[in-house]
Amino acid sequence: MSVTKTTKILRSLFAAALLCGPALAMAGLNMHRGVTVNSHDMYDLHMLVLWICVVAGIAVFGVIIYSLINHRKSKGVTPATFHESTTVEVIWTVIPFVILVSIAVPTTTSLLRYEDMSNTDIDIKATGWQWKWEYEYIGDKITDSNGVKFFSQLDKESNDARQLKSNVDVTKIDHYLLNVDNPLVVPVGKKVRILTTGKDVIHAWWVPELGVKRDAIPGFINESQFKVEQADWDKVQKDGEAIFRGQCAELCGKDHGFMPIVVKVVSEDKYKAWVSAQKSAAAASAVDSGKVWTKDELIKHGAEVYAKNCAACHQPGGEGMGPFPALKGSKIAKGPIAGHINIVVKGKPGTAMAPFGAMLNDADIAAVITYERNSWGNDMGDMAQPSQIKAAR
Amino acid sequence: MSDNHHHDHPTGIKRWLFTTNHKDIGTLYLWFSFIMLLIGGAFAMVIRAELMYPGMQIVDPNFFNMMTTMHGLVMVFGAIMPSTVGLANWCIPMMIGAPDMALPRMNNWSFWILPFAATMLVAPMFMGGHFMSGQGPAFGWTFYEPLSGQNDKLAFFVFAVHLLGISSIMGSINIIATILNMRAPGMTLMKMPMFVWTWLITAFLLIAVMPVLAGAVTMMLTDKYFGTSFFNAAGGGDPVLFQHVFWFFGHPEVYIMILPAFGIVSQIIPTFARKKLFGYASMVYATAAIAFLSFIVWAHHMFTVGMPVAGELYFTYATVMIAVPTAVKVFNWTATMWKGAMTFETPMLWAIAFVILFTIGGFTGLMLGVATSDFQYQDTYFVVAHFHYVLVTGALFAIIGAVYYWLPKWTGHMYDEKLSKLHFWMSTISVNVLFFPQHFLGLEGMPRRIPDYNPMFADWNFVSSIGGFVFGASQILFLFIVIKTIRGGAKATSQVWEGAEGLEWTVASPAPYHTFENPPAIK
Repeated sequence: MSVTKTTKILRSLFAAALLCGPALAMAGLNMHRGVTVNSHDMYDLHMLVLWICVVAGIAVFGVIIYSLINHRKSKGVTPATFHESTTVEVIWTVIPFVILVSIAVPTTTSLLRYEDMSNTDIDIKATGWQWKWEYEYIGDKITDSNGVKFFSQLDKESNDARQLKSNVDVTKIDHYLLNVDNPLVVPVGKKVRILTTGKDVIHAWWVPELGVKRDAIPGFINESQFKVEQADWDKVQKDGEAIFRGQCAELCGKDHGFMPIVVKVVSEDKYKAWVSAQKSAAAASAVDSGKVWTKDELIKHGAEVYAKNCAACHQPGGEGMGPFPALKGSKIAKGPIAGHINIVVKGKPGTAMAPFGAMLNDADIAAVITYERNSWGNDMGDMAQPSQIKAAR
Repeated sequence: MSDNHHHDHPTGIKRWLFTTNHKDIGTLYLWFSFIMLLIGGAFAMVIRAELMYPGMQIVDPNFFNMMTTMHGLVMVFGAIMPSTVGLANWCIPMMIGAPDMALPRMNNWSFWILPFAATMLVAPMFMGGHFMSGQGPAFGWTFYEPLSGQNDKLAFFVFAVHLLGISSIMGSINIIATILNMRAPGMTLMKMPMFVWTWLITAFLLIAVMPVLAGAVTMMLTDKYFGTSFFNAAGGGDPVLFQHVFWFFGHPEVYIMILPAFGIVSQIIPTFARKKLFGYASMVYATAAIAFLSFIVWAHHMFTVGMPVAGELYFTYATVMIAVPTAVKVFNWTATMWKGAMTFETPMLWAIAFVILFTIGGFTGLMLGVATSDFQYQDTYFVVAHFHYVLVTGALFAIIGAVYYWLPKWTGHMYDEKLSKLHFWMSTISVNVLFFPQHFLGLEGMPRRIPDYNPMFADWNFVSSIGGFVFGASQILFLFIVIKTIRGGAKATSQVWEGAEGLEWTVASPAPYHTFENPPAIK
């Protein structure tokens, strides 16, 4: 008997008696069944074990409650004197063991299915950074997406609202904390392999509906796979796309709660169109880094880059916070520009200061350095050009 | 009094600083752990206050992480562990008919290390400018590398853990030496009260794993300050190694916290059921089996870390096996109550609540042990709900029950039965309001250790916070009840409880400063 079948029988048995069976799914109290074989397996096994626990709980608690009501001194009972029984003790050791075997069998089959990484259609590397995800398409049997690479982080609206005492009504925000600027895009009906790794500390890539959770660990590349079946997708898609949301699941420092994951599962045509759009955007950004900028242009663009990448730790006014140093009046922002460029491009190992050279293009880095050197009373008056950044890499 | 004529002891502060008396040291341990409970509880109140509504209202994310981290560390190492050592100090010598612990001077030292360790642990919170910008541990109580390596005040944490470990190891050596060498003639191992048995096994667990923890933090220390790369991937090290080492300590640690609780409940239930503990021998074997299994299941805390599938299968099988001896214990407690003549004084209420609520924590433990579905549970509020059922309604409830059970023996006064029942009911209702909804939050997809969340999680977080505040306030009532009992109350008899059996109930209440200077006769 399959797990699903067992679960269904168990469910129908107890749903009537308890009334809570159907309510579990409706009131949003339970795990979601999701849209992949992984998530279905997880849900079915979850329900199987849950119902075993419910039955065991009713049995044991029933006996305890019966005893509490009837075997009390106030009822004038004299206590029995028995205090052991080998038969009973053997029986209640064997029964749990048999139940455990019945759990172990479906666990084994589903686990082997989950860890089957053969015949994938698209391989995507997901790198966890403090606190954003970097996606890189590294193998694709559908279209030539190799080299498509981008960062994905909390969208601006959520990010502004989540600042301490922002006084924004977060219930009004679209998918508060579960929206990103650049979602991951994959086609429906294809087996996608996600290769996770960590840049700085350990993160975990988790999208509940896809049934994938895997740690992203520096120095390791972990693999996991999912495939959204056409039939499941048809039920949830709108205009040729279905969106699934998740969050980083491993504590990764200050903004661990603010690095969501959004996966857009689209039709194959839409996927191909998206890939070519990504490629032309990459070409445009290369042009930016080739030209010479004026100081005003740099400061204006730098303010945007700063707000998106730096303000979370160093704070919007550059005053820093806790373990994150101030930039206002800092030795580096007011020191030689080469040192400033170096720390932004290469980061500071062993701290949350990431090597932004791997994340931002030359123009972005030049702009943000210029902005930092000419803001909050740091009046250095100098500027950095993209060419200097390129040389410092 | 015959027991005062040759052991005059100093009074005032010197009595407590220099004491080698197991009862005094037990009292010190218990008060220390209660203070830690209140501090750790205050941290939890900050967490629940921030999570009461979606949006960031009270603290910044770094401070929030510091609260979750310090809450866990203070509760595990400051509240639960020392409190069971306190109970062991007070009760084990009396329960086995020994005059004191085997190594009284070391006993003094193992306690007096603790306040210094605790101070070192919390000190970095107050460093670096104003209070809110503290640089205390903010990397989770599990202090995973490489995140913990980013903390600039890591050395404080490392040495605090070392001190805590030294204290635990010395305490364990003392308990083992006492139990193995100082039992009254005639008290064979299989005649020992269950609490003594569970502590004997716990002490061996502590001696086995505290050095592992010390090894882990020492490697962190040298990675951070001396250029080694045990856990640093860039230097050829292995961040996953940290997790294996940590959980090789961490899983037995869970049983270090719960086994003494098993022992307490095995003392309380027979007393108030007026019936001998059912299956004494199987209780002893089940405890030993749980302790053994605790060494070979550690990686079930790391199912998402990317183990080979064979590893995931092995750790699933081994983990769910723990359900067998644990079920045996629950069945035995149930059978002890069955056909007894029960009364429901406060200690019994806590013990019954323990059996039921700990079992719920055991059920979710079984669910979490199944690797496939654990991929959805891992690092969510489902896990938070699970281990709070095991450690709060499990370990802490048993410890509170133990305090009520033995308080008349310690103080010579009966506690206020009405107030203590109020304390019980307030705690038991609120703790379920606090933690049960967290199962739903986890299943719905809320990760743990996040300071803010999507509004779809708002309702249950609000309910949980209300439960949290009431549960927190209830423990202030506990403090009041304990102080009231120390200062006065109905005179307690030697036996205290009608159904109480065991040597500690043969001495006067309050227990004289020295007991069993001449070993009692064992039937």
